[in-house]
Amino acid sequence: MFRRLARSIREYRTSALLTPLYMIGEVAMEVLIPTLMALIIDRGVYMNDTAYIVKMSVLIVLAAMLSMMFGILGASSGSKASCGFAKNLRHDLFHHIQDFSFSNIDSFSTSSLITRLTTDVQNVQQAFQMIIRICFRAPIMFIFAIIMVIRNGGTLVAIFAVAIPVLAIACVWFIKRVFPIFNRIFRHYDKLNRVVNENLTGIRTVKAYVREEQEEEKFFEASGNIRNDFVLAQKMMVMINPLVQAVAYACLLAICYFGARLISGGAMGTGELMSVFTYTMQILMSLIMIAMIVVQLSMSRAAAQRIIEVLDTKPEMDLNENGKKDVQDGSVSFSHVDFSYSPSGNPLVLHDINLEIKSGETVGILGSTGSGKSSLISLIARLYDVTSGAVAVGGRNVRDYDIVSLRDAVSVVLQKNTLFSGTVRSNLLWGNENATDDELWWALNSANADFIKDLDAHVEQGGNNFSGGQKQRLCIARALVKKPKVLIFDDSTSAVDTRTDHEIRTALRNDVKDCTKIIIAQRVNSVMDADKIVIMKNGRIEDVGRHEELLERNTIYQDLVRVQLGGKENG
Amino acid sequence: MAKMKRLPPQKAKDPKKTFRRLFKEVFDGKKAQFALVLFCIVVSAVCTVYVSTLLQSLIDDFLTPMLASGHFDSAVLLRTMAGWAVVMAAGVAASYVQARIMVTIAQDALLSIRNKMFTKLEKLPISYFDRNQHGQIMSRFTNDADTLQQMISQSLVSVISSGLTLIFVFAAMLMNNWIMTVIIVLTMFVLLQVTKIIGSKSSKNFEAQQKNLAKVNGYIEEMMTGSKVVKVFNHEGKSKAEFDALNGELCQTMTRANTYSNVMGPIVNNIGNLQYVILVFCGSLLSIMTGGAYSVGQLAAFLQLSKSFSNPMGQIAQQVNFFLMALAGAERIFELLDESEEVDNGYVTLVNAKEVDGVLTECSERTGLWAWKHPHTDGSGITYTPLKGDIVMDSVDFSYVEGKQVLTDVSLYAHPGEKIAFVGATGAGKTTITNLLNRFYDIQDGKIRFDGININKIKKSDLRHSLGIILQDTHLFTGTIRDNIRFGKLDASEDEIIKAAKLAGAHDFIMMMKDGYDTMVENDGEGLSQGQRQLLAIARAAVADPPVLVMDEATSSIDTHTESLVQAGMDRLMEGRTVFVIAHRLSTVRNSNAIMVLDHGKIIERGTHEQLLEQKGVYYRLYTGAFELS
Repeated sequence: MFRRLARSIREYRTSALLTPLYMIGEVAMEVLIPTLMALIIDRGVYMNDTAYIVKMSVLIVLAAMLSMMFGILGASSGSKASCGFAKNLRHDLFHHIQDFSFSNIDSFSTSSLITRLTTDVQNVQQAFQMIIRICFRAPIMFIFAIIMVIRNGGTLVAIFAVAIPVLAIACVWFIKRVFPIFNRIFRHYDKLNRVVNENLTGIRTVKAYVREEQEEEKFFEASGNIRNDFVLAQKMMVMINPLVQAVAYACLLAICYFGARLISGGAMGTGELMSVFTYTMQILMSLIMIAMIVVQLSMSRAAAQRIIEVLDTKPEMDLNENGKKDVQDGSVSFSHVDFSYSPSGNPLVLHDINLEIKSGETVGILGSTGSGKSSLISLIARLYDVTSGAVAVGGRNVRDYDIVSLRDAVSVVLQKNTLFSGTVRSNLLWGNENATDDELWWALNSANADFIKDLDAHVEQGGNNFSGGQKQRLCIARALVKKPKVLIFDDSTSAVDTRTDHEIRTALRNDVKDCTKIIIAQRVNSVMDADKIVIMKNGRIEDVGRHEELLERNTIYQDLVRVQLGGKENG
Repeated sequence: MAKMKRLPPQKAKDPKKTFRRLFKEVFDGKKAQFALVLFCIVVSAVCTVYVSTLLQSLIDDFLTPMLASGHFDSAVLLRTMAGWAVVMAAGVAASYVQARIMVTIAQDALLSIRNKMFTKLEKLPISYFDRNQHGQIMSRFTNDADTLQQMISQSLVSVISSGLTLIFVFAAMLMNNWIMTVIIVLTMFVLLQVTKIIGSKSSKNFEAQQKNLAKVNGYIEEMMTGSKVVKVFNHEGKSKAEFDALNGELCQTMTRANTYSNVMGPIVNNIGNLQYVILVFCGSLLSIMTGGAYSVGQLAAFLQLSKSFSNPMGQIAQQVNFFLMALAGAERIFELLDESEEVDNGYVTLVNAKEVDGVLTECSERTGLWAWKHPHTDGSGITYTPLKGDIVMDSVDFSYVEGKQVLTDVSLYAHPGEKIAFVGATGAGKTTITNLLNRFYDIQDGKIRFDGININKIKKSDLRHSLGIILQDTHLFTGTIRDNIRFGKLDASEDEIIKAAKLAGAHDFIMMMKDGYDTMVENDGEGLSQGQRQLLAIARAAVADPPVLVMDEATSSIDTHTESLVQAGMDRLMEGRTVFVIAHRLSTVRNSNAIMVLDHGKIIERGTHEQLLEQKGVYYRLYTGAFELS
């Protein structure tokens, strides 16, 4: 796992490797200082040797300076390495996801991709920094301090043979007991947030049905659970500090007693005894630090795995970059097309589709939810590859084109469309970066986006400062800027009122005459005047014909007209 | 995903006041516990100081004489140490007891604050939710409550105990030696200055980092949400380049911010080491110069004390910023708690009734017959009016924001069982009228009467019980399908629920789901189609069985099969009720007893379908032109 992620270290390798070295330097100095102090007391003060005191003090100052220098170097190289690593990781993820095909995107939910790129990367970054800094620091401090205890206190080190296991067992016990409780608390938190969120979005429903008390009960249950589990967890957590304190005190007492014996035997000096006290604290602290690292690293494991899952996903579509660059015209043909979203080819969502669309025609597609309308049109721009059969645009199989050229020629206004924060202009330029203002106004005009008075008008994230119908019109305009050969609307005017819908269609008929227009709609109104209307049912084409023909022979179409237009079928 | 955009730490406007209120919130009614906590803090602080001086006693009382005499008396040492052990045990016990009590106090306080917040939320008027972004309200419950939790359970005690320890240690140091104390104060001053400089650099860089992080995360969010659009427009290359630029910038600021915060440790540590050297150096000289009057034991004790001095100092420095941040959060929470609630001065209530000898009387059992109980303010007794669903609006004026009139002089009536349709362009005021009926908003002028009673006199909950509402967007709550239908009537029996679902035409699709009525609905009805959601909303209203129904027909397109189901369900639901409908479908409009054509908050035409067609006015144009009701 580590090795897979380590590929993203790249140019920060030197910093990453230097950091632990600096940390070792810092720790070495830090551990040396108490011993030098001991020397001052034992050889300086007790011997009344001022010169020695001065000499040692200078040494300690030097050691402290060195320690500080190593510390600062370690801090900056550690930061450089970990932030750089995070940058590369983010870069790798983002670029990789950009190369995902539609089916890759479908296999991850949007929110999970966002989490992986944000929170997960931050977690991994922290873990990485911890590994290169503290993972070395704590154990090394532990070892050095033990060595110094042996040097200064000799047999006193035996005390730790008791103290360390006690503390270690306690740590393991805590981690084992407290972890599951915290996992439970996270779930309670989810529930609490969910209740609040549901009440924020559904406040009118709650109030209309006078269900405040019932909702309060739900919330109280979640908040009560949080309280109880927190108390449970913290009851144990608050034992940690006193326990460490108790162990430290016990060590202190033991050192006093056995130290006094050693001193009386002349095996140890008073200063050395004092240094042992300092080392004791260093040893205990590094133990706790190690426990913390274990917890932290195990928490970021899941994050690392989620990131690797994305990195290891292979983009599924062959982009055919050396394919044909120009699309002759806007004719589209389907021959014996079967299609399934799953690579196993099962279940099929489209069965044996055969359809010929001439360049410049307007084609309407009707059918109930799940009948395969969106799947059908997504094959034209090669958003997905067919399972069998062939789709051709401009007389040539879509697979033979360079995918960029194909998608430039086939403009799809997706059902779930998005605007991006910026200006109206910056959004429209997605269609063609070199478009002139005149072209942009033309597109806005054709899409009936008459509410736009200024190309530099601000667009919020997701286009949320526009109404649903306005957003759809902007998305249509954006697709028009491409000047495509085939224009596909996937239910793109659902939030636009009927009159505007009508006006948009009229404008398109006149403004982009040569362009093939394929319109998926729920309203009969939107497709009534098309050259061809395709009726889809259960993944098959049920019927193709003009309005009058279908009205004559197709029952689905007759039903639609009756339900939607009432008695007005001839209006 | 709004939670990712963490705002830079804000300072509280009035920290003192907020702190006092918070303190009351946490410790109110818990004086005894608070006293015990304080006591324990004092005990543990004293013990810490005492333990720091043990070394002196060990060295001066035992080691030095022993070295002089060459005689080691282990019995005396053990006896003395037993005394120390008792003090140590007391210290450990005190710090445990204190922490243990605080766990319960803190969690209880948080529970009560959280519950108060939510109870408040449920009582706030609709206009509050219009005014405030959901993300912001949400962050009171998440970010602010979380920092508050940390503050109450950790920082609060830690600051008090650090402060106390600081005082005791300082006293002990003064008693030890004043020259040494002066030295430590001076070095401490330098240390604090350095910390302050690095700290302010660090927080400045941290803010920059958060800003860039928000930018990068925002960009990620947008591009991931629109990832299919990116592909359709061949925008991958550009988005990669834009991302790299933002990412590179973030890396720079992050490295800087991170370096500053990492550097703090080694610098503070080693200044501490330098301070230690200075103390050892001066102490040793002092000891030599005074010919041992300043003993090695005293020096050792002072060195130990100096550590007990710098630790709490660091603690306080660390906590102060966090403390202020948490107080700012607490202030925002209190602001929410202080919001004015929906006012309800209604005194007319809805009661079960039965007819005894032709007179309507109140009764406790469910009779299916309801009556308004109207206690008259002039003392003329109580009248009972049967609940029928007769609605009158009389010259109603309304504005959401003062000065921006939304409805002007709207008058209309609906007899029980009649259907009134509202027709007009977006923003004409259709939804507003329906929002006034159940008093989501209060009117500025005019009167609305329900069965002849001014709705201002009716208790809001009872008014809303007698009105069913089907909103344009159906909100579903996490729980089973059954729970979601039962939302309309809590004590609905299984039969009633199924009956309602059948009436709505929802029964069939529910039975086709994995667990039927027990199927879990999650994330606001994820996996349910628009039409299915509407069917559930109809079932919900049907189970509530109100005499008056307000419906906002959905505009969003649903497939034709479900559409006809929804239509049939709605038609069945409307039967026998007074209905106000914001209509988008022709059939609904045509079947209405009266149609109100609204324009800019005024009723410009009214009448039946035929009458209006004859008038050849706006309605006629709407009907004959491209039929545009939305």
